[in-house]
Amino acid sequence: MRVTKLFLVTSLVGSAIFSPAFGKDVKVGIVQATSGGSAALYGVMQKNAAELAIDEINASGKLGDFKLVPIYQDDAGDRGQTVNIFQRLIFQDKVKVIFGPTLTNSAYAADPLAQKAKVPVIASSNTAPGVTGMGDYIFRTCATEPSVFPHVLDYVIKRSAPKTAAQIYGIDDMLMKTAYEVHKTALEKAGIKIVDTETFQKGDVDYSAQLTKIKATQPDMIVIGGLAEESANIVRQARQLGIPKSTIILGANAAISKKLHELAGDAAEGFLVGSGWFIDYDAPQNKAFVAAYRAKYKSDPDTFAAQAYAAVYVFADALKQAGGADDTAKLRDAIAATKDLDTSLGKFSFDANREPVLKAKVLELTGGKFVLAPGQ
Amino acid sequence: MAALFQQIVNGLSIGSIYAVFAIGCTLIFGVLNIINLAQGAFLMVGACIGLEVALAGFPVPVALFAAILSGGILGALSEVLMFQPLRKRGGHRWMGLVASLALARVLVGTAQEVFGTQVRGYPPNAITGLTWEIAGVRIQAIQVLIIVAAVLLMLLLAFTLKRTSIGRAIRTVAFSETVAQIVGVHVGRTNLITFFIAGALAGAAGLLFGMLFNVVSPFMGDSALVKGLTVIILGGLGNIPGAVAGGFLLGLIEVFSAGYVSSSFRDAIGFGLIFLILLVKPTGLFSGFEERRA
Repeated sequence: MRVTKLFLVTSLVGSAIFSPAFGKDVKVGIVQATSGGSAALYGVMQKNAAELAIDEINASGKLGDFKLVPIYQDDAGDRGQTVNIFQRLIFQDKVKVIFGPTLTNSAYAADPLAQKAKVPVIASSNTAPGVTGMGDYIFRTCATEPSVFPHVLDYVIKRSAPKTAAQIYGIDDMLMKTAYEVHKTALEKAGIKIVDTETFQKGDVDYSAQLTKIKATQPDMIVIGGLAEESANIVRQARQLGIPKSTIILGANAAISKKLHELAGDAAEGFLVGSGWFIDYDAPQNKAFVAAYRAKYKSDPDTFAAQAYAAVYVFADALKQAGGADDTAKLRDAIAATKDLDTSLGKFSFDANREPVLKAKVLELTGGKFVLAPGQ
Repeated sequence: MAALFQQIVNGLSIGSIYAVFAIGCTLIFGVLNIINLAQGAFLMVGACIGLEVALAGFPVPVALFAAILSGGILGALSEVLMFQPLRKRGGHRWMGLVASLALARVLVGTAQEVFGTQVRGYPPNAITGLTWEIAGVRIQAIQVLIIVAAVLLMLLLAFTLKRTSIGRAIRTVAFSETVAQIVGVHVGRTNLITFFIAGALAGAAGLLFGMLFNVVSPFMGDSALVKGLTVIILGGLGNIPGAVAGGFLLGLIEVFSAGYVSSSFRDAIGFGLIFLILLVKPTGLFSGFEERRA
């Protein structure tokens, strides 16, 4: 009890002393999983990139008297912890924005708290459908299937004018089922005839029966709604079954992984996907970002890092436009009004549903690596 | 027409692996009247060990041998450390079933720690890329190799069971443990050998499966186990020729249901068969052989 009192007193004294001195401090929460299994793969990248962006912004003086003060918390990918952390950040630390969380499951559990308290949340790795539908304070900077696939299709149509397509997708995976719908709508809109639709299930490894059927319909292209491992096997087995190179194979955004080439080998050459970002993306902001990230962390950033970095810059810009963070409604409106901002992802805007509008980049697997497809 | 023959090739190659795996499951049932649910995990371990050996630069036959050996040793260990003590203490048959399920989870968990959770593939070699096209039907060298290896393994097993003293001992124990003891068969050792053979077949199936689909992961045993159980019900519990026929049949049923009905119903049709057979002919489709075994 005495310890608690003492702690309370010191922290009160502490805030009394320090708060007025930095009257224009803007506390920002970063909630990422940096421990606890595979979620940490994504969490560490995003935390690193967000902190890098905050340091840069504070050092640049572009916010005038305002200073971003990051409060970082690790939720270990556990949504129970995410909820606790959100509560603490919102009601105790009184942060003005939360960057994160890492996992969509955590977002569904914790974002409603922020929405209710009118604290904006900007996610950079919650790609599942419906995340921003939780409320008008929930934003995301991560590219989603609907935001990239139509661009990929446009590109393919321009390049080789396909007339027919076959689809194959994972029927028991929410993300892939949604991807399938997105692909189907885009194909129909482009007037491409869907000659065959096949499905598979999580854990399937034998796609030869479906692909034999697809081969018989001789489509100009095959559109796969699958994760990297599944897509790799589908591509490999398709080529083994004699589906010719002239049949273009397109994948979902979620298939972007170095696993694809690792498992499929040369069969994956020419595989096309859409992405919001790639490391060699030729935008001034991105070049600076990649160089700074490498210098600070001695490793390469990934897509999620780039999206987290952009999220901080989007917020900083909105803070400047709103002239402060005290009026949360004004701040929210400023974030929502983001238009053609130069970021690591290129020109960045939010649409009416707080989803990212960004220039999708079509990537082609060439020489074992995803590179920008020629002629964009 | 080419599509039809292509589907047959597809079905036979996966079917031959199902057959090799299911023989092991059905052999244990025939001899000991139990189902070993860890067989799927043995398949996974065989595939993982085989992959490690292949990645170390050894040729495929060496990797196959390593897979067979690791599966066999695990099978024998499961008998020594688990099934036999349970039987000796008069444990119910169900306890062995549950214990084997627990063993499978332990092996999967260990494999996750040792090999990681990601899917891995075999390094490309001269065989993996080789294909022939005959009248529009693509045949991969690896498919031929797998069917040949599977058939050789089955012939070897048939020879062992029919012509060797070990085989005679196994068949005697399968007929009746009491009779076996009366005629002087060492029952404990025979059980051990049975578990070794079953585990070895699972390990071999794991390597063949991993090579055919270029997929090795700690979780590959689960779906294989369900397929194996389907096959032994198709073929009749404890019926070895039935397991061979059932394996090829399931492979063909799967590709034809995906190819001519709908890929969404692929597993539903395969597993729906279990219900149908259990209702209509619970002794399995090939129960004619049953009398010969007993």
